[in-house]
Amino acid sequence: MLEVSGLTKRFGGFAAVSNVSFRLAEGEILGLIGPNGSGKSTTFNVVAGLYAPTSGSVRFLGEEIGALPPAAVCHRGIARTFQIPRPFRRLSLLENVALAAFYGRGEHPPRAKAWEMAKDALALVKLPTHPAARVDGLGAAGLKKLELARALATQPKVLLADESLGGLDEQEMEQAADMLAMIRRERGVSVVWVEHIMGALMRVVDRCIVLDHGEVIAAGKPQDVARDPRVIEVYLGTDASAVQAVTDARVA
Amino acid sequence: MKPLAWIGVAALAAVPLTGIGNYPLHLIIMCLLWAYVYTSWSIMGRLGLVSLGHGAFLGIGAYTVVMLWNHYGFSPWLGAPLAVLLSLAAALLIGLPCFRFRIVGHYFALVTLALSEVTRLVIVALRDHTGGSLGATPNTALAQGNTWSLDALQFSDKRVWFYVILAFWLAGLWIWARLDRSMTRLALDAITHEEDAAASVGINVTRSKLFVTLVSAGMTSVGGVLYAQYQLYINPETVSGIGISLQMVFGAIAGGMFVMLGPTVGAVFTLLLQEGLRLALGDAFKQFPALDLAIYGLMLVLFIIYMPKGILGAALEWRARRRATPAAAPG
Repeated sequence: MLEVSGLTKRFGGFAAVSNVSFRLAEGEILGLIGPNGSGKSTTFNVVAGLYAPTSGSVRFLGEEIGALPPAAVCHRGIARTFQIPRPFRRLSLLENVALAAFYGRGEHPPRAKAWEMAKDALALVKLPTHPAARVDGLGAAGLKKLELARALATQPKVLLADESLGGLDEQEMEQAADMLAMIRRERGVSVVWVEHIMGALMRVVDRCIVLDHGEVIAAGKPQDVARDPRVIEVYLGTDASAVQAVTDARVA
Repeated sequence: MKPLAWIGVAALAAVPLTGIGNYPLHLIIMCLLWAYVYTSWSIMGRLGLVSLGHGAFLGIGAYTVVMLWNHYGFSPWLGAPLAVLLSLAAALLIGLPCFRFRIVGHYFALVTLALSEVTRLVIVALRDHTGGSLGATPNTALAQGNTWSLDALQFSDKRVWFYVILAFWLAGLWIWARLDRSMTRLALDAITHEEDAAASVGINVTRSKLFVTLVSAGMTSVGGVLYAQYQLYINPETVSGIGISLQMVFGAIAGGMFVMLGPTVGAVFTLLLQEGLRLALGDAFKQFPALDLAIYGLMLVLFIIYMPKGILGAALEWRARRRATPAAAPG
């Protein structure tokens, strides 16, 4: 349903992404991984509308969306989270999510409906739905959940999850991975999940693509990708044990 | 709170019936007029769009209606809508590029400051038509013992103006309250702090900002029309330029721009300050013509540092704190 082909994004003379192509099937969870500076965040931001591509195309349900601004991309049915959570701090949790429900599809639902949708989304990620609940009390994991709830309230067909594991401890990472799997199951959304560590992600994704220096170096099922010599080379020294652990787990 | 508000409005409406003198009545009218204008400013100011250019809208309102009347004989009933349209066009001219290219915060304030000065300079430069810095007076329709002319929107009885401006002040508060409960207000609150995140959940940032800007500019230009028709004298300094623009910012911030009645409290405070300064420093003003502006500037800085929520905002917060901890209160 989402098809990125030949995507290149240059900043001045620097090609952050060169000729990246991938395809997201309906109902799939696709991992987009790579070390810092590999171009995954740029790819993500082009799809989300924050940057226009230098060349190449981004097609969603047959429509070219590469040049659309973020709000229009959201209206089409692609929602995103932010790597560093960006809650609307002055607003309550419910208001944060209700805004997404109200504006997410371009045509506004009745307000009462928007508040209901917001409560559903908060309940789904197990955050309090009480109108008085504030952003301030949330920890790192809570803020990540709020990002998810806000994205889901826009009723997306595709969820772009940006480093949902960043800043979480081991246990929280496992829970976050389970939550993405649950969201796919409950809401039927397809997910592109960007992460720089493999860890818990490998357990949940159907397929994964590895980027390095702006290019795709491997793609396929997680256990195959994890065994790919180029991927191991890229990750060796930084996350080799995680790769090994995942490989073992998948083989076992 | 509701019945209390009605009693307050009724008490206010009864003021002219008490046989109050012309001068106190004039002060009250000016208070209400500035309260309306400051409220109009705060509608966008409190949502992170701090404009130093609202003098432009006030000036466009005042001068359009007077010039059309004096030179073309257009009744203010026609002139006022045209004045509003013209100020909306000016707001669009400034707002659209600013919002599209994400000119925010201090940069936005500077752009609007330019708009305000440009408007003043244009009025001065067109002195053959506008009277330049000497100002302009609408041609009177009150000759031969007429005390009022509905067509020319001129009334010699201050009580008429009291009720007209009271109505606009109430309408301004109603618009504030309406907007306060809307999703647009939440959206703009979100935009103010996290513009990218707001856009990512489908909020059209440019459109939302333009909407409040147009509402605020249109309301302010109506304030200019009311000022011109009530005072029957306008000059570039009193309805446009930096001075009056700063006074709006000062009034709104001093009163408290985040609460509905804050700008109104600001208008009362500013008026008392003006009159007080005039009495206390009457001679000094003659020697230092910009002394009042300097004092405003200094007080604005002090308010922003020590009382950013303004007089009313701070008072409400203080009351809320006292209520929250009644047991801890001494005595």
